[in-house]
Amino acid sequence: MFHWLEKNPFFFAVGVFVVIAYAGIVEILPDFAERARPVEGRKPYTVLQLAGRDVYIKDSCNACHSQLIRPFKSETDRYGMYSLSGEFAYDRPFLWGSKRTGPDLMRVGNYRTTDWHENHMLDPTSIVPGSIMPAYKHMFNNVADIETAYAEAYTVKKVFNVPYDQPDMPKLGTWDEAQKAVLEEAKPIVEAMKSQEVKEAYARGEIKEIVAIIAYLNSLK
Amino acid sequence: MQSSNVINYDYSVAKLFSYAAILFGIIGMGIGVFIAYQMAFPELNYLAGEYGTFSRLRPLHTSGVIFGFMLSGIFATWYYVGQRVLKVSVAESPFLMFIGKLHFWLYMVVMLVAVVSLFAGVSTSKEYAELEWPLDIGVVVVWVLWGVHMFGLIGIRREKTLYISVWYYIATFLGVAMLYLFNNMEVPTYFVAGMGKWYHSVSMYAGTNDALVQWWYGHNAVAFIFTVAIIAQIYYFLPKESGQPVYSYKLSLLSFWGLMFVYLWAGGHHLIYSTVPDWMQTMGSIFSIVLILPSWGSAINMLLTMKGEWGQLKENPLIKFMVLASTFYMFSTIEGPIQSIKSVNALAHFTDWIPGHVHDGTLGWVGFMTMAAMYHMAPRMFKRELYSKKLMESQFWIQTTGIVLYFSSMWIAGITQGMMWRATDQFGNLSYSFIDTVTVLIPYYVIRATGGLLYLIGFFIFTYNFYKTMTASKAIENEPQHASPMAA
Ligand code: HEC
Ligand code: HEM
Ligand SMILES: [Fe+2]
Repeated sequence: MFHWLEKNPFFFAVGVFVVIAYAGIVEILPDFAERARPVEGRKPYTVLQLAGRDVYIKDSCNACHSQLIRPFKSETDRYGMYSLSGEFAYDRPFLWGSKRTGPDLMRVGNYRTTDWHENHMLDPTSIVPGSIMPAYKHMFNNVADIETAYAEAYTVKKVFNVPYDQPDMPKLGTWDEAQKAVLEEAKPIVEAMKSQEVKEAYARGEIKEIVAIIAYLNSLK
Repeated sequence: MQSSNVINYDYSVAKLFSYAAILFGIIGMGIGVFIAYQMAFPELNYLAGEYGTFSRLRPLHTSGVIFGFMLSGIFATWYYVGQRVLKVSVAESPFLMFIGKLHFWLYMVVMLVAVVSLFAGVSTSKEYAELEWPLDIGVVVVWVLWGVHMFGLIGIRREKTLYISVWYYIATFLGVAMLYLFNNMEVPTYFVAGMGKWYHSVSMYAGTNDALVQWWYGHNAVAFIFTVAIIAQIYYFLPKESGQPVYSYKLSLLSFWGLMFVYLWAGGHHLIYSTVPDWMQTMGSIFSIVLILPSWGSAINMLLTMKGEWGQLKENPLIKFMVLASTFYMFSTIEGPIQSIKSVNALAHFTDWIPGHVHDGTLGWVGFMTMAAMYHMAPRMFKRELYSKKLMESQFWIQTTGIVLYFSSMWIAGITQGMMWRATDQFGNLSYSFIDTVTVLIPYYVIRATGGLLYLIGFFIFTYNFYKTMTASKAIENEPQHASPMAA
């Protein structure tokens, strides 16, 4: 049979394809819906948090940080409760990472605060001597892209039925409503920060990237 | 039509892709060395504002070496080997000639835009699949063009039986096509919401499912780019360069179909102790062990091809590169299964041992094989002898030293890190704060970066040697049958 296949490229290719596609079908398809079900009480990200998440992705924080706590005592002691599948139900894309050059961030919102992040992102070594994390000063200058974050939330609501605008869930509303909500949500963060630049921008109605990413980091619980 | 015993093979596209492999090799490895030093000396993060941080550069390094260097090498060898084993020249079909050139130029355009977009931070975050949807479409078109060329050439072949290398090229084409398509399923947000950035998208899968699809892709990108396509090369170049027939046809057959069947099942080893179902993690573990068989099958087949001819190792540096490549392949494919054992993975996952493992495979196996292939092709493409054997020898030793420094330092770093994360004192409290586990690794990061630098220096030597071969070496009249001619 193999000799025959080697003379018949079409069937050879079909054979290869069947052999390799098989595993994917058996492994990925069953339980697809089960794994996607959110845990009780889990809420989708707000627009501001999503904008922060986009900054996290833009600057590839996942190159050094994981967001997946494995079920070992050494990890739960350090980072908190181990991860459950349903906690990631609104994560598109997932951000588990593959390398922990820095600590896991899955529940960093439980033990770090806005002002800690502000100082740390500006100059990590000033807070943690010996840190090899880069400073992210440019986030204090760049304006967060709220529009794209809104488009993202709107898309997942429409296409994947993510439960925005439902009882007990974050409100998305229209673009105008969302903009107001974003400013509202950013307010306590900006107030807790000391950067004048960020405050002045906020007064003009602009949200800096640093505000968005802190909102996101604070939401990680 | 030419008669089949004097076919004039056309290497114009093979040459173009060879130049691209060198270009992207220098860029990709250069960035790699730079980010390695950044981990030891974080001040290096601030040379180019937001565009010069470790985190922006890392995806450029991985994409640069995988899709720039390795893939160009794979394409270059296809455009060289394909014709020869199918006994048909590309020049016989103006259509395929055109497709080949289009393939190259479109590939270059996509790569260029990809580099710019990654610098700008436009990314989907998925490892080795960072590109946003417009570029994904470009990648698909490039891939389809390659397929058209491959199957087109197969369609007009004279040699009816497909040689082993062709099996592997076909598998690379199909495997990557399937994986890339499924992993990059994403919804462009602009088309749904009518606002925001036009190139932004959101993944079709969420959370655990997204991770599953991503690592099904990530693992098999390793399978079909770093492994299958490189085996395609060694099955052609080692027998050709050494003048020895492939040791066992049966073993080739067994290894090929075994690899195809087993590889896909092993992806779960990237997700051990994650939130994917236990049975998948266990399957990943078990199939990773089984994977040793077909992997070593190919490697042993290659090494035994040299049976009784080990003397060539002394005389011919090309053979040395290829034999070491197979050896490193065996090395990575025993190390990988060890890391797939659950208790070992608990320690190794997230640590520097993983990049250590990666680079045994990529530097030792893929890099060496790609460069050996290009050394073999150069005298035939340019009708000149290789410029300097001495340079090849020094390159070999410099790069081998580099690899050894790389993996030994990363083993120690990874295991140290993993042990420190879990160490507890007599009361059961964690012994170390996280930063303790960072600062202790700095010396190893310096060693690793230096190992990488040696490898890069070796690559420059390779580039120089290749360039001199093209331009200044002694011309040869007849194409060498086996061992590539080289000046001392
Ligand atoms: C080069 C690797 C690297 C990159 C890239 C990186 N970090 Fe870090 N990060 C570290 C290291 C190392 C630490 C531990 C030392 C410290 O706290 O500074 C750390 C610590 C942190 C902490 C404190 C966590 C804790 O439990 O104390 C936060 C929050 C954080 N990083 C956020 C980020 C964000 C957000 C980004 C992306 C913009 C990022 N990091 C990018 C290496 C990195
Ligand atoms: C039998 C063969 C192999 C097995 C079973 C295997 C197994 C593994 C395992 C267990 C990991 C670590 C996953 C984790 O915990 O993060 C890994 C990572 C990796 N391996 Fe292998 N490996 C094999 C061969 C190879 C070869 C030959 C190469 C390259 C040529 C390679 C390249 C990689 C890469 C790039 C990663 C990194 C993924 C990441 O970023 O996390 N592997 N492999
Ligand atoms: Fe893998």
